[in-house]
Amino acid sequence: MSEVRDLAARFRAGHKAALARAISWAENGDPSYPEFLRSVYASVGRAWRTGITGPPGAGKSTLVNELAKNLRARDRTVGILAVDPSSPISGGALLGDRIRMEERTSDAGVYIRSMASRGGHGGLSRASSDACDVIDAFGIDEVLLETVGVGQAEYDVVSATDTVVVVLCPGAGDGIQAMKAGILEVADVLVVNKVDLPGSDRLLMDLEESAHIRHAGTGRWIPPVVGCSAGKSQGIDEVLAAMDSHRDHLRATGLAAVRAAKRVAQVQRVLHERLAVQLWGAGGQGERVRALLEAGRTPYDVVDELAEHFTSALRSRA
Amino acid sequence: MTEQKIRVLVAKPGLDGHDRGAKTVASILRDRGMEVIYTGLHQTPEMIAEAATQEDVDVVGLSILSGAHMELFPRVRAELVKRGMGHVLLVGGGIIPNDDMKKLEADGFAKLFGPGTRTDDIGVYIETEMKKRRAHSA
Ligand SMILES: Nc1nc2c(ncn2[C@@H]2O[C@H](COP(=O)(O)OP(=O)(O)OP(=O)(O)O)[C@@H](O)[C@H]2O)c(=O)[nH]1
Ligand SMILES: [Mg+2]
Repeated sequence: MSEVRDLAARFRAGHKAALARAISWAENGDPSYPEFLRSVYASVGRAWRTGITGPPGAGKSTLVNELAKNLRARDRTVGILAVDPSSPISGGALLGDRIRMEERTSDAGVYIRSMASRGGHGGLSRASSDACDVIDAFGIDEVLLETVGVGQAEYDVVSATDTVVVVLCPGAGDGIQAMKAGILEVADVLVVNKVDLPGSDRLLMDLEESAHIRHAGTGRWIPPVVGCSAGKSQGIDEVLAAMDSHRDHLRATGLAAVRAAKRVAQVQRVLHERLAVQLWGAGGQGERVRALLEAGRTPYDVVDELAEHFTSALRSRA
Repeated sequence: MTEQKIRVLVAKPGLDGHDRGAKTVASILRDRGMEVIYTGLHQTPEMIAEAATQEDVDVVGLSILSGAHMELFPRVRAELVKRGMGHVLLVGGGIIPNDDMKKLEADGFAKLFGPGTRTDDIGVYIETEMKKRRAHSA
């Protein structure tokens, strides 16, 4: 109880160590986290959240570092969350995104946090959107959320952020592959990084054409396609301008409604996780399920029986 | 639903340009289930302590081969303390003479690992210490 108040006080006083600890609480499912979030929740909602996703090695971290540099030049404070995969075997993780952001470490206006995916889906960890909330509440202007390098378009980043930037690069497949992977569905901004390498013109053209054909006449946002070379610090302002144009678009067309829908999705996800754990954990379902299966019931029959059991338990409680 | 991992920052202070050892240790700790943040070469004590703070790590592991440990290690420790991170389990390794190890261990370092340390020993040491600490604070 007083531990929460103590942390909240240091958090409000602007101590990065308190920010870091709050994120750890979220990550660890610490019982103090919900109360902490409640105590700072009134401050959530001011930051702009940008997701940076794309295949492994496309240059996401390098781009995030460059974006942060340019945002700082505009006097915006920046919080970076960089997610890398946890090993499904050991549960451990080697978090290396930070190496590319080394120049930002000593800037007081930047906070960088590495996160392991810890079995979360969609290139994020379960606590990624909580971490965005906490950074937002801390008073930071811009949140940049780098996902795990993913080949397929992942939708979780859409619900955790306001603007999704998909980073591709030449050599990692052509425009058709990008389309198959569903990338055009999630991208608010399409970035072709490494334009210093051959093949980038072709990829840029493919993407631009697809984006226009796909969205023409729908009245929907058409993701701008921008080339850059993050490794050479070139084209970064153009990427930022494209991000800004999406931000203006959202603000003009009803940001509040979009954000509210994403919150609803978050509640659904958290409820889903909690119920799954609670229901499964209640009264040793494992044993019961095994017995039913051994009696020759199909998995679907077993689920029917469990669901019936849970709903009647809920009804009798109500 | 608490799931608490051991978070470790592996850092190389100073100017030596070799990080194969540090990377190997990092990946061995990962294989033991820890979350390891590797920050690369040529880190100043300020950068290391700042990264440790922002990452809220439990352990900081320093690796050095240049011989500048008596200068750099205590400075890392001082920067950590300055940021309220004096509680982290601070360990170091590299080419460090016995006498220096003793001095550092008397000066806020939990443990130093000299040449010829089995990498497993580092992992076991960290796990044992963290278990003790967490049992204590629970
Ligand atoms: N040629 C060229 N290489 C680049 C450019 N940007 C980044 N790279 C290189 O691409 C490699 C991967 O860069 P990262 O920024 O780590 O890529 P990432 O997408 O964050 O990778 P993961 O997080 O592992 O998925 C590094 O070797 C970078 O130096 C660029 O503009 N041009
Ligand atoms: Mg990366």
